[in-house]
Amino acid sequence: MEPTNVNDPEYYHKVVDCQYACPAHTPVPEYIRLIAAERYTEAYMINWESNVFPGVLGRTCDRPCEPACRRGRVEEEPVAICRLKRVAADNKGNIKNLIPKAPEKGNGKKVALIGAGPASLTVARDLAPIGYEIHVFDEQIKGGGMMRSQIPSFRLPEHVLDEEVNNILDMGIHTHFKTYVSSLKDVLAKDYDAVFIGTGAPRGRDLADLPGRKEGAANIHIGIEWLASVAFEHTNKIGKNVIVLGGGNTAMDCCRTSRRLGGENVKVVVRSPFTEMKASPWEKEDAMHEDIPILDNHVPKSFVVEDGQLKGMTFEKVHAVYDEKGKRSLLPTGEAHVFIEADDVLVAIGQENSFPWIERDLGIEFDKWEMPKVDAVTFQSTNPKVFFGGDAALGPKNVITAVAQGHQGAISIDLFCQGKSLNDRPSPYTNLVSQKMGIHEWSYDSVVATDHRFVVAQADKAVTLKDRKKEVELGFNKLEGFKEAQRCLNCDAQTVFTENRCIECDACMDICPTSCITFTVNGTEEDLRTRLMAPALNLDQELLVSGTLATGRVMVKDEDVCLHCGLCAERCPTSAWDMQKFFYNVTKAHHGCQTATA
Amino acid sequence: MTYIRPTFRHPNLPKNKINYTRKDYEGALSTLCAGCGHDSISGAIIQACFELAIEPHRLAKMSGIGCSSKTPAYFLGNSHGFNSVHGRMPSVATGAYLANRDLVYFGVSGDGDTASIGMGQFVHAIRRNLNMVYIVMNNGCYGLTKGQDSATADAGSVSKAGSTNMFNAIDLVGLGLELGATFVARSFSGDKTQLIPLIKAAMSHPGFALIDVISPCVTFNNNTGSTKSYDYVREHIEATSTIDFVPTMEEITTSYEEGDSKEVTLHDGSILNLQKLNQGWNPEDKLSAMIALQNAKSKGEILTGLIYIEPNTQSLHEVLGTCQTPLNALKEDILCPGIDALEALNQSLR
Repeated sequence: MEPTNVNDPEYYHKVVDCQYACPAHTPVPEYIRLIAAERYTEAYMINWESNVFPGVLGRTCDRPCEPACRRGRVEEEPVAICRLKRVAADNKGNIKNLIPKAPEKGNGKKVALIGAGPASLTVARDLAPIGYEIHVFDEQIKGGGMMRSQIPSFRLPEHVLDEEVNNILDMGIHTHFKTYVSSLKDVLAKDYDAVFIGTGAPRGRDLADLPGRKEGAANIHIGIEWLASVAFEHTNKIGKNVIVLGGGNTAMDCCRTSRRLGGENVKVVVRSPFTEMKASPWEKEDAMHEDIPILDNHVPKSFVVEDGQLKGMTFEKVHAVYDEKGKRSLLPTGEAHVFIEADDVLVAIGQENSFPWIERDLGIEFDKWEMPKVDAVTFQSTNPKVFFGGDAALGPKNVITAVAQGHQGAISIDLFCQGKSLNDRPSPYTNLVSQKMGIHEWSYDSVVATDHRFVVAQADKAVTLKDRKKEVELGFNKLEGFKEAQRCLNCDAQTVFTENRCIECDACMDICPTSCITFTVNGTEEDLRTRLMAPALNLDQELLVSGTLATGRVMVKDEDVCLHCGLCAERCPTSAWDMQKFFYNVTKAHHGCQTATA
Repeated sequence: MTYIRPTFRHPNLPKNKINYTRKDYEGALSTLCAGCGHDSISGAIIQACFELAIEPHRLAKMSGIGCSSKTPAYFLGNSHGFNSVHGRMPSVATGAYLANRDLVYFGVSGDGDTASIGMGQFVHAIRRNLNMVYIVMNNGCYGLTKGQDSATADAGSVSKAGSTNMFNAIDLVGLGLELGATFVARSFSGDKTQLIPLIKAAMSHPGFALIDVISPCVTFNNNTGSTKSYDYVREHIEATSTIDFVPTMEEITTSYEEGDSKEVTLHDGSILNLQKLNQGWNPEDKLSAMIALQNAKSKGEILTGLIYIEPNTQSLHEVLGTCQTPLNALKEDILCPGIDALEALNQSLR
């Protein structure tokens, strides 16, 4: 193998698995260390810089970081990254003076944001401080978009959302709430320099063709519409017997909300097997904890309506069969159809984009699924002035993805307004600094804690089920937060190898607890992976390969289960190994502009 | 601050025949200097015992005093061990070996512990052909007392402080050959591909197996001018052959060319495959071994690898015709056969 090019910032970035997996590339180990040091405000601000809504995401994030966490590969459970973020948000000090303000004199450019969800608010956050005049339009009475309408208050208290939305709106954003934009043509006719569309995926899928759907309509609700109606307090009760159709996180929110609005016998019924449901495992657990059974392998067949009143639904029982390519089909088991009683049914089987308000003659091309053609890097549509972000851009994902796309959209808008090429993206900010303090001392806590993942305490079910707004999760307290933070392996403390210092004493190879390091003759990657101290079977993880050493061998390090304990560097007599902290931050529009104007 | 080794290990660590991983052969975290050759030898011992699938409780580590003699704490933490008086390890090992012939005896000593204070003990252990591995971690200096020249330091070798050694070195390999050691080898801590098969062969050998391992002292004897530094040894190393150890019952899958190679079948049926043989050298011919050693020395080379082996040797127990069962396993009726047996014995001596 050729020597690894560690000058490519993506090499070390990839070693920090959590940060690499995060769509917004939040510097996770950095803020976790700050939490352990009780520097909550700084931890919060690192998050705020990257993901804009730490308090919201610390409660509701889909956590793409956690399955990626290296801890999950050496032990059973990853670090509770998401809930640590909440510790920072819960304990932070006053941050008002740390948040940038809009300059008194703007740059003369005006940008319209359609929809006030996480993507649009991120664009506002990035562009307002550098002088853009931002106008946000939303049909609801407050900002937040789906974070407000879809996420129930028992998971995300309103004051947390309000605070983080207002931090952005207070930058001098012009808000146009309770304003439904019915024509993009009208918006484009105004004097905006760019338009950003962050209208989400607002249409819930229905089962329009199922027998009885029309007759029972009064008691059949579309999940996301019903959740919004609850959030804005238009709906405050539901029948005793409730069926929730669907296996995603919206279904989990629907069933748990139902339990709080009078639903006593609430069931989730899903087509797929339990293990293949789209909902996050922890959300399924929380639903079951609230006495909500999840019936899998049930395909809805009809709504049963008697005398104009919904009585329940019938389902066909199926089992999953997989062909050679792993493609799943659900085949009937042949058992008799099952009837399940219901006063109300919530349909939460997915959501779709819908752009009835965008005229088709504006130069914005749509594909055969009625989705706008959007560049996946710049988020520009085929009308150069119009940008998309969040669920509206590339289909429904999650809040953190919307934020990441908002950052990129903001960069694009900034470049566009300056007449620059959108493909000339700013490089990430990176830094690599030795952590050596002494022979056995590093400026990070290199000892690997053996604690198992701590569980977040929940409020008493008897209380939370009575009050829709009572938050279920209590969050880690400071001590639990510290202990959980100590489980972090500090993967950003990189093992940096300088081959011309190496005397090949093998000390690092002998000491490495997880057998990551091997000195051997070079070969192809495929061959090397089999010849290491422990076979490198995880192909997603890179091999760090040195140049040829004095004896003709090379040093090969499998990054897979490195504990970043620093023992290789401590046992190295010549400091050929050093632990160096790698900081990687995605450049945001407001930084780009600062360098542009400097 | 880390004096603690994390408890996590690689989840796909290979397992040996008795289902153990390398972790089961590890010891405590070393307190020797960073980069010490001795740690590398400990690593080779761990790997050799893992590969031979030795049950840790079937092995006893014996040592004296010195940096080298601390190392048994850093490997095979589940084995027996005896850290004896300076230079007196051979006596303790002799006693242990006579009491229990069923264990694998692993003696670890240093150049001071063997070539100076323990010389009188060392030579008799060889003469008696104890069935043990005797590793000398040879760094040519007294690392524990700040690096004074030891008896194995070469004449002309320059110390870290700048003084030149005036005395000739004791060559432990030459001494071993002369005294009739039945397995003699030299290796280098920085060459595990050679050291590991040598240790495995030494453990399979039924008599006294001496391995003199040059092990640079990074702190006091790794400077320019030293003849025991990593750089000097690498520049002057010359191997008798490459070594491949094939355990008993394992099929030999590689084939070698005639003439340049030799197979030595060990007492227990395992095979040593020696390749790229030194000219004129035959590991089973003591005279050729001595010549090869002297030739290398005259050329300023350090000869490593297997030097000499007498595969079918008789160890001390066989020479003495002692009981097959370890003393601790003998039952009272054997140890004390009763008055009738005593009478019969007395009668036979009349």
